[in-house]
Amino acid sequence: MKKVLQATLAIAILVMVPLNGNAQCKGFAKKICKLELTPYIHDGNFHAAVLVEGEEAELYKTFYSDQEYRIAICGSDALPPIEFKVIDANKNVLYDNKKNNYAKTWDFKLESSQQLKIYVKVPSSGSSPDAIQQGCVAIMFGFKEK
Amino acid sequence: MWLRNISVKTGSFLGLLLALAMMTGCRSEGSKNTSNEQNTVDLTAGDEIFEDLNEAKKVFYSLPSPLETAVLLKSAGAKYNESLLNPLSNANNYTTNRQMALNLGIFSTDLSFASLFDQTQTSINYMQAAKKMADGLGILDAIDQTTIDRLEENVNNRDELMNIISETLMSSNSFLLENERKAVASIVLVGGWVEGLYIATQLVGKSPVKENKLVERIVEQKFSLEIVLRLLEENKDNPDVESILEQMNDLKKTFDKITIKTSAITPVEDPKTKVTLLKSKSEIQITQEIFDELREKAKNIRTNFTL
Repeated sequence: MKKVLQATLAIAILVMVPLNGNAQCKGFAKKICKLELTPYIHDGNFHAAVLVEGEEAELYKTFYSDQEYRIAICGSDALPPIEFKVIDANKNVLYDNKKNNYAKTWDFKLESSQQLKIYVKVPSSGSSPDAIQQGCVAIMFGFKEK
Repeated sequence: MWLRNISVKTGSFLGLLLALAMMTGCRSEGSKNTSNEQNTVDLTAGDEIFEDLNEAKKVFYSLPSPLETAVLLKSAGAKYNESLLNPLSNANNYTTNRQMALNLGIFSTDLSFASLFDQTQTSINYMQAAKKMADGLGILDAIDQTTIDRLEENVNNRDELMNIISETLMSSNSFLLENERKAVASIVLVGGWVEGLYIATQLVGKSPVKENKLVERIVEQKFSLEIVLRLLEENKDNPDVESILEQMNDLKKTFDKITIKTSAITPVEDPKTKVTLLKSKSEIQITQEIFDELREKAKNIRTNFTL
């Protein structure tokens, strides 16, 4: 009976842990990162995941002319400051937050609509392998109604 | 209590399982992307930005949300036309996951469109229709009676209305993603995007395509269609996604007839506002015939989605 319970616990842990990680990210995005968008209106999309130190992510999105946007990229407290770059179709870096004191937000508008890539990296803190941190990273977009 | 009785050996085993589970949680979507990216190596013109996709990275594809779509339509000079919205009575006809997911997106775009044009009662009615779809899909608590009440209490507060809509969109989207229902989440997003395309093309009607701001907005959806296709490709193992992907590939054939030329981008930051202007010029080439074909295809796909 005890073995059955132990096996059940092991399976439950396997199933629950990935969900808990994402569930934490939902709360993090909604309660913490979304505040960074103020006074812009959040578009309602959800892009967040648990990342570990050294891990990278990319997001592809079309941004439209004459709209004013804010990008907010936040990492949970356990993580070092998150790096992000905004890159165009010709691989030119349009913005690099490392050159702006690891700012969490960037405000911009466009003369013509463009498809852009947001490159995100959780820097490595140089900790020993058993002390590598992981945490939620959220990428959120806000706009202004004209 | 019985946890205390687990032997050290069993505890270590469980610890190993826990570590494995955490690794799975962090990387599962990344590995899905890896296999799917291998399916989408056939890059076409205009795909340059996707060329250096690193298989090990986590990749997100972001479509204009129903709220952003409605804002884009309004800023391009669209006029409100309620007859273009999916009739509320249709909500009772949707029983399959495919129908409910597509029409959650469609009703969300209709709701956003009505709301931006201060159509209060219509907004509330469409929120109810979206709730019916979300409930049918088992999306818990994304839209509840409190949401409807808040909408009614804030009918004269545009910012708060948009905030409520944004919250419901995020709650539905995050619920599906955190419950490993990526395919359903992608169908909802595509449903909302197609509704925006349908409304916009219908609003242009037979007006000339030249120097028409709304037509420009429609043409620019060529960029977002690339994202639609990649989002669906990621989930094409799902039979519902597969059929939608076929229709989107057909739509691409028409969008491929449209040319968008864009010059290099120069970022210029305004020292006062700290807002950066991305300076660039673009040139669009579309004929009346191609636009008519696009409008017809958008109508047919939307009819298929709302039947």
